[in-house]
Amino acid sequence: MACYLTTGKHMSIYWSVLTVLLLLAITAPTALAFGFAGASAARSRVAPVSWLGRGYIALVRGVPDIAFFLFFVIALDQIIEYVRHRAICPDWPEPVRQGSDFVVCQAAKMPLGNAPQWVHESYGFAIAVFTFAIVFGAFAANVLHGAMSAVPRGQIETGESYGMTHRQTFWRILVPQMWVYALPGLSNLWMVLIKATPLLFLLGIEDIVYWARELGGIKTSRFTDYPHGDWRMWYFLALLVFYLIFTRISEIALDRLMSRLTRGQATTGGEAQRKVGLT
Amino acid sequence: MKNLILTTAALAITAGMAFADGHSVVRMGTEGAYPPYNFINDAGDVDGFERELGDELCLRAELTCEWVTNEWDSIIPNLVSGNYDTIIAGMSITDERDEVIDFTQGYTLPDPSSYLAASADVDLKGGVIAAQTGTIQASFIAASGATLVEFSTPEETVAAVKNGEADAVLADDAYLRPIADEDADLQLLAQQEMIGGGVGMGVRESDGELKAKFDAAITSMKSDGTLNALLAKWEIGGSF
Repeated sequence: MACYLTTGKHMSIYWSVLTVLLLLAITAPTALAFGFAGASAARSRVAPVSWLGRGYIALVRGVPDIAFFLFFVIALDQIIEYVRHRAICPDWPEPVRQGSDFVVCQAAKMPLGNAPQWVHESYGFAIAVFTFAIVFGAFAANVLHGAMSAVPRGQIETGESYGMTHRQTFWRILVPQMWVYALPGLSNLWMVLIKATPLLFLLGIEDIVYWARELGGIKTSRFTDYPHGDWRMWYFLALLVFYLIFTRISEIALDRLMSRLTRGQATTGGEAQRKVGLT
Repeated sequence: MKNLILTTAALAITAGMAFADGHSVVRMGTEGAYPPYNFINDAGDVDGFERELGDELCLRAELTCEWVTNEWDSIIPNLVSGNYDTIIAGMSITDERDEVIDFTQGYTLPDPSSYLAASADVDLKGGVIAAQTGTIQASFIAASGATLVEFSTPEETVAAVKNGEADAVLADDAYLRPIADEDADLQLLAQQEMIGGGVGMGVRESDGELKAKFDAAITSMKSDGTLNALLAKWEIGGSF
C-alpha cells in the first residue's frame, strides 16, 4: 500500500496539489490588482479611462468562463508568437496562416520547440495565471467599485473640507475604508476561485482532478504492477476532503480579517465591536 | 515590480539566444489514456506500443523527441496551433481528419472495433452504446441508429457500461480485450465492426519534411520486421 501511494504517478498528483496552491497564491493578488485597477478606472473622471474600466468589467463578466479560457488562451499565445515572429524573422517568405495551420518561424516559437518540458509547463502556467487574473479581476473590479461607492460621502467631504486633493481623499479616506464593504464579495470570489482551478485542465495543465481521474481509473494487470477496479470514487472523495478543509481554513482566515477590518469603522459591525470594548 | 519586469525580459532574451537554433526537438503529442497504444505507467511516464514505436522512429529518423500529453478533445487544435509537432495517439486515418491535418502511412492495419457489454444479448441497433468523443467509433454509432453516449476519456466509456448507463461500449479491440480478460462481469460480443483505415501519425499539413522523415522510418521498420514484433508484443491485431 505504501509502495502504491508513492509510485511516480502518485508523485504527480502530490505535485499537482502544489501547482494548484501556487496558482491560487499568485492569482489572488494579481486578480485583486486587476480588480483595483479596473474599479479605479471605472470611477475615473476622465471619460475614456472610465469607458475602458467599464468595458473591461462588462465584457469579461459577460463571457462564459469556458469560452474565455478556450478562446483567449490560444489567441494570446498566437499573438505573442506573431509579435515575436514579426520582430525576429522579418524576412520569412511564407504566410503565418496556412489553411488551419498557424506557422511561425522556429526562432519565434514561444517557448522554443526545443526548450525542455519544464519551460513549456512554466509558460503554460504563466498564461493560466494571467487568464485567471483577467477573469477574476473583472469580478473583483465590480466588487471594489461597489465598495468604493459604499463609503459614506460624508467621510470624503470631511477630507475635502480639510483641503485634501481628490487623489489624497482617494488614497487616505476611500481606500482604507472600502475594504470592509468589499470583503464579503471578495471572499465569495476567493471561494469560487478555489473551485475553478480544474479549469486549468483546459489550459493543458494537469491538475488534481485530472490525476484523480487518471489514477482512479480501471487498471489491468498487463499495464501496471497495481491492478485495481474503478477507484475514482475514492480519489474524488479525497479531493472532496481536500477542498472542504481548504475552504474551511479560508473561512476562518477571512473571518479574522473581517473582524480586523471592522475595527473602528462606522458600520454596524464596528459599532458592535466598540460596545463590547474591543477597540 | 519594475525589477521583476526587467529580469523577466532579460531572462526571455537570454533564453531566446540560448535556444535560437530551430527544429532540433520534435514534440510528440499523445493522450496517455489508451492502453496498449499509449498510457501513463506507474512511474508517471508515457508508455505503451506508441511510446516504443515513436522512440524507435525518432532514432531511425535521427530526431530528438520529447513526449507531451494532451486531452483527446483538443489534440488536433493544439497540433495545428503548434504546441507540439506530431499526434501519435492511436488515431485512425480518416478523410475528415485528413482535411485538417496530414497523416503518415499507417503503422497498424485496420484494427477491428469490438463491443464490450455486461451481457451477450445487447440490442446493438436500438440500445445505448458508449464511445469516446471524436473517435471513429462515435461516428459509427451515430450513423447506426443506436443511441450514442459520448465520454471524453476511454476510461469513462467502460465505467458507463459497468454502472449500467450504457448497454455496451464500442472501441478498438486491442483496448477492450485486456479489460474483458480481467473483469468477470464484462464480455466481448462476437460481432465486430471493421471501421477506420489503420492508425497513423498526425502532422501539420505544412510540415511535409517531418512527414517524409517519419514515413521513411515507418517503411524501414515495416521492411525489417521490427514493427510486426512490436505489434505482437503489445497484442495489437494484424501484422504487415
